[in-house]
Amino acid sequence: MSELRIRDRTPPGPLEYLRRWPLRLWLAAVAVFLYAPLITLMVFSFNNSKRNIVWRGFTLDYYVAAFQDSDLIAAFGNSLTIAFISTVVSVALGALTAMLLWRFRFPGKTLFEGALSLPIVVPEICMGVAMLVFFTQIMPWPTSLPWPLNLGAIIISHISFSFSFVAIVIRARLASFNRELEEAARDLGAGEWRIFRDVILPHMTPGLVAGGLLAFTLSLDDFVITFFTSGPDTTTFPVKVYSMVRFSVTPEVNAASTILIVITVALTFIALRLQGNDVARNAAGG
Amino acid sequence: MDESWKRAKGVFAAVGIPPVFWLAAFFLIPMAIIWAYSFGENKNLVEISVNGTFANYAHAITPLYIGIIFKSFWYAVVTTALCLIVGFPVAVAITFASDKTKTWLLLLIMLPFWTNLLIRTYALMAVLRNEGFINQFLSLLWDGVSHLTALAGHPLPPFQPLPLLHNTFAVIFGLVYVQLPFMVLPLYAALDRLDRSLLEASLDLGAGHLTTFARVVTPLAMPGIVSGVVVTLIPSVGAYLTPDLLGGPSSLMIANIIERQFKTADNWPFGSALSFLLMYMTFLAIAVQAIVARNRRAAASEAAS
Repeated sequence: MSELRIRDRTPPGPLEYLRRWPLRLWLAAVAVFLYAPLITLMVFSFNNSKRNIVWRGFTLDYYVAAFQDSDLIAAFGNSLTIAFISTVVSVALGALTAMLLWRFRFPGKTLFEGALSLPIVVPEICMGVAMLVFFTQIMPWPTSLPWPLNLGAIIISHISFSFSFVAIVIRARLASFNRELEEAARDLGAGEWRIFRDVILPHMTPGLVAGGLLAFTLSLDDFVITFFTSGPDTTTFPVKVYSMVRFSVTPEVNAASTILIVITVALTFIALRLQGNDVARNAAGG
Repeated sequence: MDESWKRAKGVFAAVGIPPVFWLAAFFLIPMAIIWAYSFGENKNLVEISVNGTFANYAHAITPLYIGIIFKSFWYAVVTTALCLIVGFPVAVAITFASDKTKTWLLLLIMLPFWTNLLIRTYALMAVLRNEGFINQFLSLLWDGVSHLTALAGHPLPPFQPLPLLHNTFAVIFGLVYVQLPFMVLPLYAALDRLDRSLLEASLDLGAGHLTTFARVVTPLAMPGIVSGVVVTLIPSVGAYLTPDLLGGPSSLMIANIIERQFKTADNWPFGSALSFLLMYMTFLAIAVQAIVARNRRAAASEAAS
């Protein structure tokens, strides 16, 4: 403790920019800018006042109201279902893509890699309208199907934009794989499938989990593309919240938003924990 | 290290076919249809004939729409500039922090970026609207001052809320709020790779901190600045939700116009043409970044040899 204090009194070294007050002030201002809106939103979801602005005491009424809003709950259920299915498929496709690019040399590889990066760089609005046209003109998705099949159009769109991201995460993980292990397994008589299952897959697992969490958050978060592929009976949570916030700010929406913030933040923490430094190291090296 | 696909054709097919199929069927084909539609026209309510006309592109460059495209681009440029100004000191602070602080600061920047975009935008609505936190706070201050002046016999006129929402200010504010992490992370990645002895040399040789940053750090960090600019600019130009919820009628951006062509105006060919103009702008930005990066690398290897 006393050591700390002595160290703090020494003047900042030439490159210790973080210990200079202008930069500290700037950081604090940016933190307020980034967090004040979200924190006030979360705090006031517990405020016992419809007018939503002066603190009138703690209440969970708006959470109760949000949980009793059957449309909101149905939309939330849809969102989780879509996110779950889209994650499973995205991870499978992403893993295959990563394996393909990691292991093989083939004609058109650069072209494929370019096409794969398109879903990441194309503006969301363009992909949204493309999906809208595709699912009305080319492959009309029957909305009368039993749940959850009626969510097919949304799920397919989500997989299309998620799996490229997943592929990047898994490829980063595979880059640290020691190929000698694969050769050793082959020399010891293992077939392709056996090598994959017993040698490559265990190494890939953290990447699969991190990619899966990324796909889950991407799907749960998406508004624009879902907005163009959802119908009256197939709303998701963000689309439902959008229709609620379009014209007014209400404590129920604050409550619903707070729940979603907590879920995504929790998922992010888990993802960061699991991901370790693979992706960061790759990004820094590349 | 790579293995030729011919050496294990079965595995290659098993691994390659599903992703290639998915990408083609559920991404490239939808995009290709939009591209084709941009050269078509509405025949009747349900049918669109693709007849190779450039009428939609001609329509898109009429003053009204070219104005909106330029405005979107302008908003994005202002947003990017503000993000650069706000983000650069943040990136510097993260770069020169101790390892433990660094992790926390990175998390501080990234956490809002992982929160739902709709919810972040909604939070801004709650802050900026007439009954929002900023105006309520100002109103309280105003009332307080008014009480004091009333004692002196001159009460202030009633408080008029500042118009902070549903205008251009709100859109730019919202875009900066949403895009800031996209700017900070590439800047940090570039600054973190700098050779610190160069900074120390500059400081030892008598340059001040500002001179060092202007003449040593900025040129060295240029690739990071360029990629930060590109990753901020691209989503800003195509932003839909921010202008939709925070903007007013005069601050619509290109994405809002595209949405209208598809959802209300039912002019899909025109909407498709606008979409592809937006895509071409995106590709142009990426190409510029790639060229800058390549020139840098070429220059660096020349300098090294």
